This record gives sequence, C-alpha cells and structure tokens, in this order.
Amino acid sequence: MSFSLKNVISIKDFSKEDINFILKQAKELEPIARSQEMCQTMAGKILGMMFYEPSTRTRLSFETSMKRLGGGVIGFAEAGASSVTKGETLSDTARMVSEYADALVVRHNLEGAARFVSDVVDVPVINAGDGAGQHPTQTLLDLYTMQRVFGKIKGLNVALIGDLKYGRTVHSLSYALGMFGVKMSFVSPPELRMPREIMHDLRHNNVVAQETDSIQEVLDDVDVLYITRIQKERFPDIEEYLRIKGAYRINATMLQGKDLIVMHPLPRVDEISPDVDDTPYGKYFEQAFYGVPVRMALLNALIKPFE
Amino acid sequence: MISSMGHIMKKPKELKVKPIKNGTVIDHITANKSLNVLNILGLPSEKIKVTVAMNMQSSHMGSKDIVKIENRELESSEVDQIALIAPKATINIVRDYEIVGKGKVHLLNEVKGLLDCPNPNCITNALEPVVNRFYVIEKEPVILRCHYCERIMEEEEIESQF
Repeated sequence: MSFSLKNVISIKDFSKEDINFILKQAKELEPIARSQEMCQTMAGKILGMMFYEPSTRTRLSFETSMKRLGGGVIGFAEAGASSVTKGETLSDTARMVSEYADALVVRHNLEGAARFVSDVVDVPVINAGDGAGQHPTQTLLDLYTMQRVFGKIKGLNVALIGDLKYGRTVHSLSYALGMFGVKMSFVSPPELRMPREIMHDLRHNNVVAQETDSIQEVLDDVDVLYITRIQKERFPDIEEYLRIKGAYRINATMLQGKDLIVMHPLPRVDEISPDVDDTPYGKYFEQAFYGVPVRMALLNALIKPFE
Repeated sequence: MISSMGHIMKKPKELKVKPIKNGTVIDHITANKSLNVLNILGLPSEKIKVTVAMNMQSSHMGSKDIVKIENRELESSEVDQIALIAPKATINIVRDYEIVGKGKVHLLNEVKGLLDCPNPNCITNALEPVVNRFYVIEKEPVILRCHYCERIMEEEEIESQF
C-alpha cells in the first residue's frame, strides 16, 4: 500500500488505494494525536499556512498535526495579515512562502486557487478549501470517521443534508463515497440541490443517488445523517430562508429509536439541536478530532523527513 | 426559347460558387455553425474573400455548412478551436486550384489558452498570471472541465465565447 500524490488538491486526484493508505496511517497515528505518544517525523520541517479565508478547525488541526509530528508552522490566518493588502498576487505570495516552508496549506475564497498554487511552486500543496470548490482533507476525515464508527465504509447508506449546492464538503464527500460503493441520498430544498458537475461525475462513475427534499423520507434507512449549514446569504428572501432552515433541523426526539449517527463538518449554527450532542447519535466533535490523525497522515505522506 | 405565350423566356441566371485559387475550404461544418467558425477565424474582414454555404445537403451528415476562405491557410491553433463547435469539420488547403492538404479537425484532450472559464469565482478570472486550461471530458456534444475550478462548460457556453 502506498501514496501516489505529490499534492492534495481535489479528492478526484485520489485513487481508492491512496485513500485507504491515509485512513490506515491515520489509525496508527491516533495515539500521537491524542498526546499518548511522541513522534518526531517532521522534526526540522516547516509547514506554510496561507489562509486567505477565516478557518478555525482546519487551520488549528493542521497546526496541531504538524506540531504533534515535531515540525514547525509559519503563515497567516487571514488575507488582511498578508501582502495581499498591498496588492501582491497569490502567485507571488505562494512562491515566497514556498521558499521558507517544506509544504503549503492553502485556503482561498476563489475556486482553483490551490491547484494554481501547486502549478507555480515546487513544494507539496494541500488544499484546505477553495471557494465553493473542494475540501479534500475534510472528506478524508469524514471517511475516517465512518470507518472508525462502523468499521467499514463500503455498503453504508449515507444521507447528505442541507446546502448541497454551495457546501463544498458535500461535493468532495459524495465523489469519495461513490468510489466506496456507498448508497447515497441527497436531501435539500430544490434551490440548493447538488450542482450538475457533481451529478455528472456520479453518473459517470455509475453511482445512483436518490434526491429528495424531505429528511423524513430517509430517516429509517440511513446509517449516517451528514448535515450541512444552510447559509442565510444564499437566499434573497429572509422568510424563505427561515422556512427552509426549519425544515432541515435535527433534534434528539426525531432520532429516537433510529440506528444511525449524525455527522457535521462544523461550524454548526442551529441545524442540529444541542440535545443531540451528548447522545450516541452525535459524532461531530469526534469527527472534528479525527481531522488531526488524518492530516498527520497526509503530512507524513507528502513531506519527506530527514534521514 | 419561346414560351406558349410567344414571349422570349430568359434563362435563369445561375449563381455559381467558383473554386478558389488559393486558400482554405472548411467542409463538413455542423449545420448552421459556419458563422461561429467565422468568428473563431476573426472573419469577416475587409480584405479577405469568404464564401459561406449553409444547410447544404450532405450524404454523411444530412446537412452541413461550408466555408471557403481565399488566400488564407489555417493555423493549427485555429483548427483546434473549430473542433470545439464543429467536430466533424474537414480542412482542405488549396494552392493553385489543387487541394494540397486535407485533414480533419481534432479535438485534443486538453484545450489550453483558448477559452475563459465561465465561473466568475474561478482563480483564472482573478488578476493572476494563469493560462486557462480545460480537459475535454466528452466529445459529442463537447463538455469541458476547468483544470482549476473543475466546473464543467457545455456547448452553449463554449459557443457564446466565439
């Protein structure tokens, strides 16, 4: 088993073997992620963090991952703190940071930004989210969560719920789940359905996904409810937003007696009621933790350690 | 000729398209797409003589368009572009009334530097030093995918750029 990629830009670049490699490595790295063991594979190495958009979980878990592996971190956490305010291009900033760091992590508001950076620098690049595009490391940690909870991914029945149009995590995730033979349901209001390119890819890979606008329709059949946030700014009409938001809200009562887990990429606003948090259904905080061993596995796979 | 009414009938004038002496004949263009082909080639222009025939009968295609351009031989980058909207087009290079070169247009697997990504949020539409790149993911009808933002572009959006 090996890892074939030089950059982590889009889940489409991954083979199933690449994904399985990362999931297996992540499992082995869990004791280090939990601070039960020490590791120095990245000692003397530096990770360059270029975050043009705010992020809490992704940025902190990358920093944690690099530091748990004994490496260092440099970079900026918002565009205002970089030379972009002076008019510097992404290309120039990336070239400059790549001279200081052994790998780059890029989050940007424009789609394709990380791919572009990987074209202009010589060090490995990891996409930490590009506009409404891809967020491959989130997908890997989502897959890892399913693997850890169920002991498998193949054969699961997963419902992706909420904003499927703009939610980048569900785009990458649906593609990956298709590779693993997962049965999927897409639950969203009609105006926030999966984009045509995602449906095109799924059809191309012979993946059949059911589309519906009702959560009730899928509750009895699924193993995983993957909830995403419906954002106010997507709706011109506030009344419409409030109506739709209410229809896609999960609480503990509606889950009673069901055999499923609830996942969420976070941050959550009110699409999952806090009364789900401490039930066996709520797995989203555990999911957030798994971002650390998964990103550690990626860093180990991309950055060559000192002999 | 004398008609039954005793009038002399004029022979109807036939407008013939003459063969060209030097230049390019683009045949087998998808019917009604010849004006898009002209756009790709930066035509019409004042100095170049062009003949356009639309919806001509074709044994292979049912109907087709033909474009004849005098005194101009097409470059390969122009031929690639034609393939995007008329994948069956054939190119004949004419010198001194003789066809000296004949070829089909080929849609390559990658289209570089020709089209803009229609996604306004794509990095290629920002002020970055980047050349547009698309992968041809389907050939008939043509569907392209942006190398950067991964959005797909269908025929209508492709044609609107020419």
